[in-house]
Amino acid sequence: MTATLTRADTAPVASVKRRRRAPGWLAVVPLLVFTAVAFGVPAVAVVNGAFTVKDAATGATAHSLSNLTTSLQGPYLTALLGSVKLSAVSAVLAALLGLPLAQAVVSSRSGALRQAVLTASGVLANFGGVPLAFAFVATLGNAGVLTTHLGLAKHGWSLYGFWGLVLVYLYFLIPLMVLTITPALDGLRAQWREAALNNGATGVQYWRHVALPVLAPSLLGGFVLLFGSAFAAYATAAAMVGSAVPLVTLQISDALSGNVLTGQENVALALSLDMVLVAGVVMAVYLPLQRRSARWLDA
Amino acid sequence: MARRLTPWRWAVLGLAAVYFLVPLAASFVFTVDDPRHGVDFGAYTGIVSADGFGSSLLLSLELAVATIVVVLLLMVPAVTALRLGAPRLRPVVEVICSLPLVVPPIAFVAGIVTVLKWGPQYLSRTPLFQTFVAVQNPTFPVVLVLAYVVMALPFVYRALDSGLRAIDVRTLVEAARSCGASLPQALVRAVLPNLRGALLNASFLTLALVLGEFTVAQLLGFQPFAVWIYNVGGSQAQMSVAVSVLSLLVTWALLLALAGAGGRDRTASSRG
Repeated sequence: MTATLTRADTAPVASVKRRRRAPGWLAVVPLLVFTAVAFGVPAVAVVNGAFTVKDAATGATAHSLSNLTTSLQGPYLTALLGSVKLSAVSAVLAALLGLPLAQAVVSSRSGALRQAVLTASGVLANFGGVPLAFAFVATLGNAGVLTTHLGLAKHGWSLYGFWGLVLVYLYFLIPLMVLTITPALDGLRAQWREAALNNGATGVQYWRHVALPVLAPSLLGGFVLLFGSAFAAYATAAAMVGSAVPLVTLQISDALSGNVLTGQENVALALSLDMVLVAGVVMAVYLPLQRRSARWLDA
Repeated sequence: MARRLTPWRWAVLGLAAVYFLVPLAASFVFTVDDPRHGVDFGAYTGIVSADGFGSSLLLSLELAVATIVVVLLLMVPAVTALRLGAPRLRPVVEVICSLPLVVPPIAFVAGIVTVLKWGPQYLSRTPLFQTFVAVQNPTFPVVLVLAYVVMALPFVYRALDSGLRAIDVRTLVEAARSCGASLPQALVRAVLPNLRGALLNASFLTLALVLGEFTVAQLLGFQPFAVWIYNVGGSQAQMSVAVSVLSLLVTWALLLALAGAGGRDRTASSRG
């Protein structure tokens, strides 16, 4: 398969003949045109729709902010805040739990263990969505194996709530944290620890004053990445809780398909715009942090 | 120092193993445990003959192949050109390839739904309307390929960029040119073979993305594999869990095969 791809790929490059001084940017043009159509047009549609109000009686349209204000009120605001809370709690827990796991793998200096954990993390970090939800329903749902064998229902356990979702989200967020933080942990030099210990520091002091400050940008960057990943997640929540937990992604899907109220499509677009703004802030925080931590690792 | 930490390390690894393995083991038990007959593998043997399994899996695989071909055709020339002739365009391409990270899939599909409605609303008397109908053909929804290519851009860019960083493209091309190769020859014979690992990596990540994608397909009303699992879950709980377990095992096998073929550490570094 790759062989055929390889040959096909080169056609646009091949047209860029240096002898004729064809500019190199010609090879980039197809990508630009494609994203302008496949990504740019829907993006414009979202922004345009979010600011457009259609009068049900006359069919006339007008531009206004009313969709955006609606999207920040009542059940929609609850859903937006619910998503932020769920993402923040899951991301903090995943960052706190992923760091010791990555450190245990890195400090073991075992190539086989490292390879196994990183490969497993690569798989599990991608194991979101519907299959993950069903695996947890089979384990801890109302008729789940652990629920019935351990009699968890008697103790008031329910998977279909906020903490159930957190438990499920951790399943792909912790591996993502391990993948993100491992390069930073590799960058911690053994000499730094030795130098600290030679100067009389304890292990705790080394972590408090040397390792954690060096890791801080990577840790924060990892947290932000996890937050964004949990914030955008839809399939897991849709397959597991339906609409028992208010989440912005579920609200958008309901509004788009007209499940609750008809004519809310433009509110869905306004909610989408809210999400993009939150995700944009997340990326604006993440990228500089990633650059900063990259400086330490390359040094 | 490292030795003193050993009990702590085993405790961490042990807890992680419990958390990550128990749901998989319990899911397996759930699928084979029949209260009346004891162990029963019916959930697995019934998958192949289940209604819609073959067609949805085939649709997902077709979408995956189409997405991989399109995304590589767009990205390989662009990323190579960034190294050779147009380094000033690098920030532009970087921004384009990180845009899908800023726009969550649900927001993206909200935009697509809106655009697709323009067809019947405004364009029904123009030839463009036929295009709108064609891209939504349920036997092969081109609109999903368009969406998946956009969603795959960040992963593919990262995979190709790290692959190109490992080889010195300019020197490689100059060496090939001084040996008498034309530029196309140099690119096909010298650069591309060195990118095999990166191309494989990018293809795998795209394949995993398309096979697992649910949000866009469900909201646009198509039924590829992930949507089928979701729909089956309502009526046949055991089978849906069985398919979920199998899909994880298949992903795992693919990733291990990739790690073997593409060299070590590639899979890990691609996401970081």
